[in-house]
Amino acid sequence: MTAPVVELAGIVTRFGKTVVHDGVDLAIPAGEVVTLVGGSGSGKTTLLREIVGLLTPTAGEVRLFGEPLHSGSRAEQVRRRRRFGMLFQQGALFSAFDVFDNIAFPLRELRCLTADEVHDAVMLKLAMVELQPEHGLRMPAELSGGMIKRVALARALALEPELLLLDEPTAGLDPDRSAAFVRLIRALQAQLGLTVVLVTHDLDTLAALSSRVAVLAERRILACDTLDRIIELDHPFVERFFRTETSRRAMARGLESI
Amino acid sequence: MVAPDSLSMPEVSVAQGVVVLRGDWTLRALSPQLARMRRVLEQSRSVASWDLGGVSRLDNFGAQLLWRHWRQTRPGQLRAAPELLRVIDAAEALGNAALPAPPRHWLAPVHALGDPLLALVSHIVELLRLVGQLGIDLAYLCVRPQLWPLREFSANLFKTGVRAMPVTALVGFLIGVVLSYLSALQLKAFGADIFIVNILGLGIIRELGPVLVSVLVAGRSGSAMTAQLGVMRVTEEIDALATMGISRHVRLVLPKVMALAVAMPLLVLWASGVAILGGMVSARLQLGIGFGFFLQTLPTVVPIANLYIAIAKGAVFGVVIALVACHFGLRVKPNTESLSANTTASVVSAITAVILMDAVFAIATRHIGVPL
Ligand SMILES: Nc1ncnc2c1ncn2[C@@H]1O[C@H](COP(=O)(O)OP(=O)(O)OP(=O)(O)O)[C@@H](O)[C@H]1O
Ligand SMILES: [Mg+2]
Repeated sequence: MTAPVVELAGIVTRFGKTVVHDGVDLAIPAGEVVTLVGGSGSGKTTLLREIVGLLTPTAGEVRLFGEPLHSGSRAEQVRRRRRFGMLFQQGALFSAFDVFDNIAFPLRELRCLTADEVHDAVMLKLAMVELQPEHGLRMPAELSGGMIKRVALARALALEPELLLLDEPTAGLDPDRSAAFVRLIRALQAQLGLTVVLVTHDLDTLAALSSRVAVLAERRILACDTLDRIIELDHPFVERFFRTETSRRAMARGLESI
Repeated sequence: MVAPDSLSMPEVSVAQGVVVLRGDWTLRALSPQLARMRRVLEQSRSVASWDLGGVSRLDNFGAQLLWRHWRQTRPGQLRAAPELLRVIDAAEALGNAALPAPPRHWLAPVHALGDPLLALVSHIVELLRLVGQLGIDLAYLCVRPQLWPLREFSANLFKTGVRAMPVTALVGFLIGVVLSYLSALQLKAFGADIFIVNILGLGIIRELGPVLVSVLVAGRSGSAMTAQLGVMRVTEEIDALATMGISRHVRLVLPKVMALAVAMPLLVLWASGVAILGGMVSARLQLGIGFGFFLQTLPTVVPIANLYIAIAKGAVFGVVIALVACHFGLRVKPNTESLSANTTASVVSAITAVILMDAVFAIATRHIGVPL
């Protein structure tokens, strides 16, 4: 049995007087696609930021790849960071670089790739997210909202990560592109046993991708289980989120699309 | 399933005319020894038979490395698991996708020469347009007095005026001391001690005070104004204002211009006063000229007109600094590089413009307030 890729134990997060998380426990084994759902403002983004170490929880421990997040020498920490990619809710592209340089940036930082290798890798990533090579020359300000999401995903994939953290990756994508995104993640997963933590409100994507669903409510993880079992859960949030007629239809559509 | 942290080294071996690859062919496993792997692969160039059966993981980077090594054609014989073949297919499907080369124009040298000139013209036109727009807005505000942005005006007055008092005082005092000390050395040699009052009075009140404060305010408040407007451009806050039907000129530019127009003359008086105080202290220590005597002589040797010139200079310089700062702030393109370039340009241009205006003042007022 290998250690879970992501392990959260007793996470407590407080901003001043507001308590966002109060004892969050979650373990994500390798190769799983876990979707984190919860109401707006329930602390999903905050939890992702804690997993990648942008935010230190008030209490509790985060372990990545079986080791505490901040353990080891500086070089080891850098190596650990290169094993995951994060897609930010707002994209967070480098506004001074064009699309090509945005995706090439993490590759160049490895300092051992030739210009040709970087170029080919970037072109492949662009093709993966269904962007044209010409788009490589655009500046982030010249992209549409959905394109920003796709470039950000390409950048998150640049270092061939083993763990992918996605904050609302399909918000702002048309249904076609959402389906393409689902296919891409599935393909990557088949190739590499990629582990994915996904925050989404998009039930099509959720149903099509998740191997498990984690429900964040009442400041903790209510349950982390397969979608079928989560739907049966007796909780007002689950009721409103999964059991309305529209949600059922969306999920059916998502499952169909696989 | 492969354990997430186990990492098996990529290996290449050639056995009986077959290149056998083993281990992880992923970016993470390859990157520490990429140069060596490139060399090893290069040695097995001519072999047409490849066995990838022992490869535990292959990611896109590894596939592209092999694909480039194979010169974009599949080797004659390739044995690999279907998942690996899919990754190689992806590398193959990419084909020769390349970044389109930026278009090169044969007129480029002409452009290189002409563009800065056109940019200068566009700066001047835009600055004029800004001034014109402010004029129209002012006229409009006179009709609708309830729309005056008074809160922003007072906030800006506090930020650019009150907050600037300590630093202008410190710099003014030190300049006064230094100027007085150096002049005293010379004057003593000629026995003309008494003229220290003339030199300090005229020099500081008429010239040094306004210019010194302008430089400080341009660096302090001008840069802040440009950066603020620039960030509002980057985060689309200015667009949000526009959709609410709020004029950015009335709401953002006008209060800044008004605030500096009021704050600068006051700052000039304040800094000049402190500088003269510094000069007085130094004069007393060096030449033994008492404070009382100094203050009595000052009005007789420095005509009051100089004070009015200083106040006028302060107001004009303040307006110039604010206008230049807002002009550059509104030109910022939504990226961080443009933000930093425009902030730099704003400070440099504001200081240059102030010194130019000072020269204009010197010529225009050459007959006023100078005892002959
Ligand atoms: N830096 C901060 N300081 C204070 N409060 C914060 C901070 N960051 C987040 N919060 C609060 O923490 C709560 C959780 O925020 P978070 O961004 O994680 O929500 P979310 O679950 O991602 O919501 P959404 O689905 O709308 O993106 C919110 O109530 C937010 O106001
Ligand atoms: Mg969020």
